[in-house]
Amino acid sequence: MKYLDEYRDPAAARRLAGAIRARVTRPWTIMEICGGQTHSLLRHGIDQMLPEQVTLLHGPGCPVCVTDAEIIDQAIALAATPGVTLCSFGDMLRVPGAAGSLLGAKARGADVRMVYSPLDALALARAHPEREVVFFAVGFETTAPASAIAVLQAEAAGVDNFSLLSAHVLVPPAIAALLAAPDNAVQGFLAAGHVCTVMGDDEYRPIASRFQVPIVVTGFEPVDLLQGILACLVQLEEGRAEVENRYARSVHPGGNAAAQAALRRVFVPAPRTWRGMGEIAASGLDLAPAYARFDARTRFRPAAPKAAPAGPCLSGDILRGRLRPTVCPAFGTACTPEHPLGATMVSAEGACAAYYRYRRAAA
Amino acid sequence: MCLAVPGQVVAILGDDELTRVARVAFGGIVKVVALAFVPAARVGDYVLVHAGVAIAVVNAEEAARTLAELATLAEDAA
Ligand code: SF4
Repeated sequence: MKYLDEYRDPAAARRLAGAIRARVTRPWTIMEICGGQTHSLLRHGIDQMLPEQVTLLHGPGCPVCVTDAEIIDQAIALAATPGVTLCSFGDMLRVPGAAGSLLGAKARGADVRMVYSPLDALALARAHPEREVVFFAVGFETTAPASAIAVLQAEAAGVDNFSLLSAHVLVPPAIAALLAAPDNAVQGFLAAGHVCTVMGDDEYRPIASRFQVPIVVTGFEPVDLLQGILACLVQLEEGRAEVENRYARSVHPGGNAAAQAALRRVFVPAPRTWRGMGEIAASGLDLAPAYARFDARTRFRPAAPKAAPAGPCLSGDILRGRLRPTVCPAFGTACTPEHPLGATMVSAEGACAAYYRYRRAAA
Repeated sequence: MCLAVPGQVVAILGDDELTRVARVAFGGIVKVVALAFVPAARVGDYVLVHAGVAIAVVNAEEAARTLAELATLAEDAA
């Protein structure tokens, strides 16, 4: 398909890998923040095309994986509320909270549905005015505009049986929190191309200059990823720490103004607890006061049971890039995608699932 | 999760800013996609679609520039 195939050309990827080998003189550690990129890097074996001096760390870039158990438990409590239909993306239904998963709730008789878009949840609300349809909204800045448009369309059409349980998260505060950690090892970042398609790259400039790290906006295909890695390494070798856009066919200057306007209208920044990272100030999006009637928390006040006790899962360290999945004793034995012990194995984009799928032989 | 796929706009339906949609072709599959965030999209454009919503019009010039740069790299490496 156009705009995909030409960025998957193996010969071009090999040439870029050659250019990277020619540029690197010292060891460097780069983190990609997006789970889609983690998946693509492993799937195409890009990590194995890089010289030994280059270490890739995988960051907390899977929104399903970073969603705190407490919010999942709120969703399960909502799903158990009479009259409520709870909708979310497929992966979200399988992630365990303290009280099991949403699929478990469905098996016990709750009305839980998988949708592809928040607009599908809105359509369900319009088709079933007798039900209260709640969309469990997860995702970064890429996905939040889709939630926002669903709320704006509900408002315009006077749909009053539709609401959001927002678990939306924002990338820049998480990058800043990782870089501020005293034992931070990350020297350069690949910024997530589709998050920046919505938001642009301006918010990364203060982070790049404060922490003196290059941040390169990068796409998802092998050629895109290798170009982003090359640009990041060139900056590191030259001692520069700038924001650079290597995904310009999608990321336009300033990002998508209409999507940002919808986000500003419907949501306000809020503190959010990230699995493995704790609470980060202003790192989430909750409904703005003017849209409180579309907020499932305001509408139903779901009970939040105590957070899950820590099991053997190391996903907190995996999400911060401190450990690789293969060092977890449960990896591929007690913990598999069929019987996941942690969120990073449940979600297709979680680092544990990506290693299980593409690196089991090497593990 | 942040997967977004480029597809070609084959038809635009409606003129309300908020509810306008397009039929978008992804290879052989056609889907209905919300257009609220890409007011400039025209039939024939490629849009990047995430969760049923178009989030960008693919910039053909920038796409060509990236590929041209790659060609230069090939000559350097050769
Ligand atoms: S392999 Fe399973 S148990 Fe181990 S860190 Fe990953 S998700 Fe947790």
